[in-house]
Amino acid sequence: MLRFLLKRIGTMLLTALCLTFIVFVLTNLSPNLEKLAKSELGARISDREVESWLAKYGHDRPILVRYGEWLGVAPGWVSEDQGVPFGRCLPRGGDPASAPRYCGILQGHWGQSTVFKAPVTDILWERLRLTGILMFWVMALMVPVSLLIGVLAGMREGSKLDRTLSTFSIATTATPEYVSGVIFIVVFSSSAVGLKWFSGTAASAATDGITFYNFFLPVLTIALYGIGYIARMTRASMTEVMTAQYIRTARLKGVSPRDVVMKHALRNALIAPFTVIMLQFPWLLNGVVIVETLFNYKGFGWTLVQAAGNNDIDLLLACSVVAVFVVLVTQLISDIGYVYLNPRIRIS
Amino acid sequence: MDDIGWLSVTGRILWQFLPVWICLAVTFAVSIRYKRSLGLYGKLFDSTIGMIGFAMVMFWVFTAVFADMVATHDVLSQISQMKNKPPGTVVPAGTSHYLLGGDHLGRDVFSRMVVGSRIVIQIAPLATMFAFMVGITIGLPAAYYGGTLDTVLSFMANLILAFPVILLFYLLVTPEIVATGLPQYMGLVLFLFPILFLVVLVNSRYYVKPQFRNVVVGLIVLVGGFFYLALVSEPESAVAILPRRLDFLSVPGNILIVFVSVVFVNSPTVFRIVRGITLDIKTRDYVSAAQTRGERPWYIMLWEILPNARGPLIVDFCLRIGYTTILLGTLGFFGLGLSPESPDWGSTINAGRKLLTVAPHPAIFPALALMSLVLGLNLLADGLREESLKD
Repeated sequence: MLRFLLKRIGTMLLTALCLTFIVFVLTNLSPNLEKLAKSELGARISDREVESWLAKYGHDRPILVRYGEWLGVAPGWVSEDQGVPFGRCLPRGGDPASAPRYCGILQGHWGQSTVFKAPVTDILWERLRLTGILMFWVMALMVPVSLLIGVLAGMREGSKLDRTLSTFSIATTATPEYVSGVIFIVVFSSSAVGLKWFSGTAASAATDGITFYNFFLPVLTIALYGIGYIARMTRASMTEVMTAQYIRTARLKGVSPRDVVMKHALRNALIAPFTVIMLQFPWLLNGVVIVETLFNYKGFGWTLVQAAGNNDIDLLLACSVVAVFVVLVTQLISDIGYVYLNPRIRIS
Repeated sequence: MDDIGWLSVTGRILWQFLPVWICLAVTFAVSIRYKRSLGLYGKLFDSTIGMIGFAMVMFWVFTAVFADMVATHDVLSQISQMKNKPPGTVVPAGTSHYLLGGDHLGRDVFSRMVVGSRIVIQIAPLATMFAFMVGITIGLPAAYYGGTLDTVLSFMANLILAFPVILLFYLLVTPEIVATGLPQYMGLVLFLFPILFLVVLVNSRYYVKPQFRNVVVGLIVLVGGFFYLALVSEPESAVAILPRRLDFLSVPGNILIVFVSVVFVNSPTVFRIVRGITLDIKTRDYVSAAQTRGERPWYIMLWEILPNARGPLIVDFCLRIGYTTILLGTLGFFGLGLSPESPDWGSTINAGRKLLTVAPHPAIFPALALMSLVLGLNLLADGLREESLKD
């Protein structure tokens, strides 16, 4: 188990390094940097000025060195302007002697956002907190509902209940968030239908606190897309378990149908959905970006779109690190959980 | 002429779709008549779910084909008096109606929805097919040979899979990165796979008949290569290989980029599926028999393993077209790649969502259209799965 864990974590770190490097290269391509220089100095500067600006702020060195600096394993650049030294780790007017040599993300130095004019860490924590709340409610709605649908559908394969619930699950997986979100807003909050049950925007949820009125639609929109998928997985796993020998034995022994499902089948039927639910997190990330944009909820996804749309290099890099981290950690947890939950693998 | 109510709007829309209804009826009549001699396709007509799904998919396919006849107005012409007008409003000239109303620029929502189907029906199946060729060409040897090759390829596939899709799109489709030609270079690599696949397919089969093989492989390389060059080369961009006179297949740059990024996102998943199935089939007796006969590895992979993996692959192909449709919509929803004027469903939803509470019709109809197509593909896949499991 320990060797398996170490190997998984090693692969995970390697993946994280590769991915952050790719994102770093793609966000630091020369057109992006040129755009950055122009947004700092004004759009009408000459190519010479752009070049000297890039050289002054350490953007002209090899990509690997810059990646090392950003990561915090290479010493930060130092430059000077009219006799005043400054650098990556040295704010203008600081003391060169006391400045740290390395300042990358490993040292907790995530840089400055150019769109929000604030340190990246401050923005990111606040946004992640908001998205965390959203995710919590999504999970609280999605997991019980989808497991219930899956178990009910899988109890008796081919029954009317099974057909209805399966069709429902197919329909929800066929409805991406930007479609269901639009439909919900039109039905539940527009003046066209007239049912003004919920708010069509969640902007107030971030500032005035969360209410059922302003938060239900975004949560439902994200959850719905996942419900179908998890329910189908649960159903498949449940039908498989229900045909197993030990269930037949339990039935023949005279165990009541309720106990067969609750005590014997459920435990084994839930191993596969657990993995699926964990692997669903990266998907939720997708949904979060769409739904936060649609409902104007200023969380992590909304920030990612802002950063990517406005060439905010440091913020976009930080967002990618978080996204990649979430994906990799959930993969790890699902692997460990699968091994832990499944006695056949655990013991061998 | 006056504005018309919901009932006659519905009636007129159904009438506009007349060519589609006729084609659907003919397709179904012919297919059901000859279903016993049509293999898996014919068996589809034994399952209700599969038939419903097939009908929904074919509805949009025929709509895309007859889009010019079905649409009532030009998709780009704007009539300023028609801004955000409800469905059934008569145009100022009094000659016709905006059947599903006007959007925020005064364009006809119905015509845009109809013509928008064309973009999806053109890109989604083709992109999915390319992704399958890439996934199969890489996935088969990875599982068959195993070892270091498998480790490296799986690592790379997992790398792409660990990327959040939207971030990847933002990184690939922004104008700055398009200017560097990166998506085109990726296209150079990805579009090579179909040719590679076909060459290997033919070569492994007719290896014993060198003369016949040489002719066929030569033809594939010549024709495929020319298509390849015409497809990837784009005058006045980073990749301009063919001179303009020979570049007969001019795909607009942004469509090509959307295509490449969709193929890129889908390929690793296909790779994983193919790899998983191959790992399972590799242990079967008929594979050992072929190995003992002394067949070459590529023959075994492509002519022994692949045909036996077709069931799950066909089902996944249908599901994946639906997923690609969703991805295309996502790109449009974030205004990436396709031009904002383009009538594709994602872009239309994006344009309409800002005024959703005041005028819902510009966004809701393309949304329902997209949903019905993806639902149709899902039901079709479900029907196919059920029927292919029966035997």
